[in-house]
Amino acid sequence: MRVMVLVKATEDSEAGLKPSAELTEMFEAMGRFNEELVNAGILLAGDGLKPSSEGKRVAFDGPGRTVTDGPFAETRELVAGFWIWEVKDMAEAVEWVKRCPNPMPGPSEIEIRPFYELADFGDVVTPELAERENQLRARVSGQ
Amino acid sequence: MTISDLPRTIETIFRIERVRLIASLARMVRDVGLAEELAQDAFVTALSEWPKTGIPANPGAWLNAAARRRAIDLLRRRRMLDRKHAEIGRDLTEEDHSGFEAIEAAMDDEVGDELLSLIFVACHPILTPEARVALTLRLIGGLTTEEIARAYLASEATIAQRIVRAKRTLGKAGLSFEVPRGRERQERLSSVLAVIYLIFNEGYSATSGGTLTRPVLCAEAQRLARILAGLAPEEPEILGLLALVEIQASRLAARIGQDGLPIPLTEQNRGRWDRLLIRRGLLALGRAQTLGGAPGPYVLQAALAACHARAPRAEDTDWARIAGIYDLLRHVMPSPVVDLNRAVAHSMAFGPEAGLRLLDEIDPATLAHYAPLPAARGDFLFRAGRLPEARGQFELAASLSCNERERAYLLARAGACTRRMDEFDRQESP
Repeated sequence: MRVMVLVKATEDSEAGLKPSAELTEMFEAMGRFNEELVNAGILLAGDGLKPSSEGKRVAFDGPGRTVTDGPFAETRELVAGFWIWEVKDMAEAVEWVKRCPNPMPGPSEIEIRPFYELADFGDVVTPELAERENQLRARVSGQ
Repeated sequence: MTISDLPRTIETIFRIERVRLIASLARMVRDVGLAEELAQDAFVTALSEWPKTGIPANPGAWLNAAARRRAIDLLRRRRMLDRKHAEIGRDLTEEDHSGFEAIEAAMDDEVGDELLSLIFVACHPILTPEARVALTLRLIGGLTTEEIARAYLASEATIAQRIVRAKRTLGKAGLSFEVPRGRERQERLSSVLAVIYLIFNEGYSATSGGTLTRPVLCAEAQRLARILAGLAPEEPEILGLLALVEIQASRLAARIGQDGLPIPLTEQNRGRWDRLLIRRGLLALGRAQTLGGAPGPYVLQAALAACHARAPRAEDTDWARIAGIYDLLRHVMPSPVVDLNRAVAHSMAFGPEAGLRLLDEIDPATLAHYAPLPAARGDFLFRAGRLPEARGQFELAASLSCNERERAYLLARAGACTRRMDEFDRQESP
């Protein structure tokens, strides 16, 4: 299953990254963690996001579109970075997240959200499908 | 965490650690079967210890140390006193006193090498291809015997026996568990790549079972290719295989129609292609090509897949480029099927006559009774306006096809030739 792993923003991340020994250390630890994810074959994508002060929001209301400039107030609900992982189940994703070095200088939170998948849209294997499968099998064995 | 969650958590941790653990133990005891048993024993120990002590800070190192202690006990108990085992025993005893930190450091250094070596062993050419597939899924993929049996529609007993035999064969062969180097590495690597692609293809176009695709096997093959590319990032063919499976898998959702039948590439809804996988595939292909050298079969096949992935619509497909890649592919992967596909690509790029010329170069004996050959010839002839000949080829293809729907499709195309001829006749007679 595919999951998005969201690193939630903190006041530090919203303030923007300033070069420091602590930050370098965190980057190194995160680099090692990313390497582990690659070697386990689960990392599909990932990146960090700039503070919400550089972001914009577009609000929808019927035909209306209202654009708001950042920063946005509700810091804990903002996203500072993300990964996309391919894991067997949520339990595996949770275990991997536990191994992640704390992505922030202070207390922080990481949220895991599964993607919608084909199987979520109903069982596609009908008896008809099984019958067609038999025909395909015949075709394949005929090659 | 509630108490009842703990066994599940431990199981998940074990699943994550298992392959590294087996790889490390296999190099130590030079026996994949024993390594797997030792890993399993360490898991059982963790299940009883961790609820009392809590989950250790580095569960991987803990499991490794526990398994190594057990290995020493076992080797001693078996009184393996020949020189080799005595040496292993001494090494182990020393290592055992060095503490978690040392083991952990050693693991970090060696883990890639050990895992790579385990993959090479599981795909060893002394095993039958079926055994390589089963052992790779079991040892590296961590699938249970039951899961493998379900994926291949075999009985559990058959798969279990296949794996037991494979382990025994490897045990008797007395392998070194070193990562092969030089010329041997290339030969062994092609076996590894073939095993992964075999797993992928069984998932992509299942030869048996109730579904046309088995995404579990595709996902497992993709994961194996990703791991391999992580471990050996300088091998263009590994990156080629990775690119190939990522791009092909990007079409999984678009490949099967509402009617349950496979949809040809050119007719698929490209909006349903997985852009993330395409991007990953194109990146891997780009890295393979940057490494240079003459492209091998996987890089070329990935390049073909990439041509389709890059085309926003079927009519945007760069057929001239595809034709050029097939010209190269037939030299590194000679096969009449490649030649047939090459002819199709040339017909799309340079017109039906070009396709017909290339079809004539294929030795008909190599593709006798192969319906796609007359079907392709029929299509070229139809497009060249040679309708009576085209009809004959479609009818021949229909008679060779074992699939009812395909046969109906080919007969419909033969019928279209007849109708087109009748139209011409009517237009010509005043």
